[in-house]
Amino acid sequence: MTRASNRPPVVPPEAALPSYLRAGYTLRSWLLTTDHKRIAILYLVSISFFFLIGAIAAALIRLELLTPAGDLLTNDGYNRAFSIHGIIMVWFFLIPSIPNTFGNFLIPLMIGARDLAFPRLNLLSWYIYVVAGLITLYVVLSGGVDTGWTFYTPLSSVYANGAVVAAILAVFISGFSSILTGLNFIVTVHKLRAPGMTWGRLPLFVWSHYATSIIFVLATPVLAITLLLVAAERLFGIGVFDPALGGDPLLFQHLFWFYSHPAVYIMILPALGVISELITSAAHKRIFGYWFVAYASIAIAVIGFFVWGHHMFVSGQSYYASAIFSFLSIAVAVPSAIKVYNWTATLYKGDIELNAPLLYAMGFIGLFVAGGLTGLMLAMLAIDVHVHDTYFVVAHFHYIMVGGTVTAFFGAMHYWWPKITGRLYPEAWARASALVILVGFNVTFFPLFLLGYEGMPRRYHVYPESFQVLQVISSCGALLLAAGYLLPVAYLGWSLFRGAKAPANPWGATGLEWTTSSPPPKHNFIEQPVVERGPYDYPISDPLSRSND
Amino acid sequence: MSIAVRRLLLAWIGLIALLALTVGLAFLPLGAAKPAAAYLIATAKAALVLWYFMELRREGGLPRLAAGAGFVWLSVLLVLTAADFLSRN
Repeated sequence: MTRASNRPPVVPPEAALPSYLRAGYTLRSWLLTTDHKRIAILYLVSISFFFLIGAIAAALIRLELLTPAGDLLTNDGYNRAFSIHGIIMVWFFLIPSIPNTFGNFLIPLMIGARDLAFPRLNLLSWYIYVVAGLITLYVVLSGGVDTGWTFYTPLSSVYANGAVVAAILAVFISGFSSILTGLNFIVTVHKLRAPGMTWGRLPLFVWSHYATSIIFVLATPVLAITLLLVAAERLFGIGVFDPALGGDPLLFQHLFWFYSHPAVYIMILPALGVISELITSAAHKRIFGYWFVAYASIAIAVIGFFVWGHHMFVSGQSYYASAIFSFLSIAVAVPSAIKVYNWTATLYKGDIELNAPLLYAMGFIGLFVAGGLTGLMLAMLAIDVHVHDTYFVVAHFHYIMVGGTVTAFFGAMHYWWPKITGRLYPEAWARASALVILVGFNVTFFPLFLLGYEGMPRRYHVYPESFQVLQVISSCGALLLAAGYLLPVAYLGWSLFRGAKAPANPWGATGLEWTTSSPPPKHNFIEQPVVERGPYDYPISDPLSRSND
Repeated sequence: MSIAVRRLLLAWIGLIALLALTVGLAFLPLGAAKPAAAYLIATAKAALVLWYFMELRREGGLPRLAAGAGFVWLSVLLVLTAADFLSRN
């Protein structure tokens, strides 16, 4: 955070108003708030809680895998541990993680609006999420489910024990929260942009959330209907997916992955938006190829709907369909690669400050590239047949979802922490935690590529002794990763009370969110901002000015 | 009865007539043409709902684009799933 020290402290007029944190002190003022910033905080607290539950399930899995024998959990217990881990991490952490916290907090600020288009709908989406989360907690406390997070039929609809219907209901309800958020973002971006905030001046964070919202709105209803059909088959014996009842199990996989593959892009697109902001701010340089990066988000969202069949290469899907899906899956790598090339080109000859957010961003790029390239391998039919349902796949998607999304989440947390809380965090600790997370992540998940390539199937807890060394390395890495995740909790918590007061624009960044006070007042700006420059018009003469004369 | 209500009523009667047509076609020996005819009628029904009940006839380009996107996305699901189902053997 040295940019601020080079500049005279400029105080925006909004600093005279009470911040959104001081707009009310009662529990009621938080639980009935329609302020997008407070709702973002409510989401942050909720998803952190669910991250903890999902992490405990992960810890059980990694402890069990320390030895080749199944000596900690029973077969059924292990199935339930990875099912709960998957269900909670996907629907109750990763999907809402960046959109519902940083998206909620930042989109109105970035486009110069007072709030989202539908503030009460925004609060409703949080309550829906909470109801879904409480049902999930009931599922956990009642013994869980053993279907995996994918609820494959006819296992889920006929044979599985446990609270399957309750788990389905939780995911079904959480979908409405996603739909409302997506709808709110789309309408907000269309209708509430400040004067001068043309589409070509939208921050790339907003573009990526716009693309994410399209997926939220178009894909989530398909999941809802699919899960209802599973419940109908399980509860009433209506044959949809069970072959014994005249159904088709592959139909479930088509419907499920039509949502769930785009859902991967729900998880990663907001992260890509975060990285664009972090890179440009740290390099103090205009993004290389703004329109390419912006349209790449839309392209990922659109092409992402055409690739779901690569999850079904060995499920009995026709070779013809598999060949089509293989080609389309390879095509989706193009817009992802555009982003990576453009970020690195942005860093080239930049006025780079190697701060913690940039460390997270560079870690993200490495891990995202590793996850993306192994995704290309999996998109190829011949390789996929070899490594399908092995640890290779587990490693691949963890590189995207954890190495990608969670790393970007932490990067965003550091970058916007001064804006959200009004406090500066200790930079040295933050850099250390970024490195610990990067090392811990790779020690945990890289061995899984090797395990998978050598043939260890996923979802097994008893395995040949020859795999033990790599499993132990992975479990040790998980311990390091956990320490890396806990470190920021400690020093960010400390900074809430003891950290230095943050100026309005500690990074000397260009976004509109940096032109108001830290933390912002309830309605963000005293006067309606009028935008007169592009989103990354570096170098800026005055960090609090909206023009760049 | 106002013109708006009469219009909705006519659209509803149109939907019921198309439903009767679907049921009637199910009993005819059309062979491979039967699913195609059923999809055609279903598309006509969806168009009636979009145009009259969802009031798209009175909306501008953006809401029509949004509704059309939903339609296109559904067709992506159906077409690519059919690509598997029809070529499975």
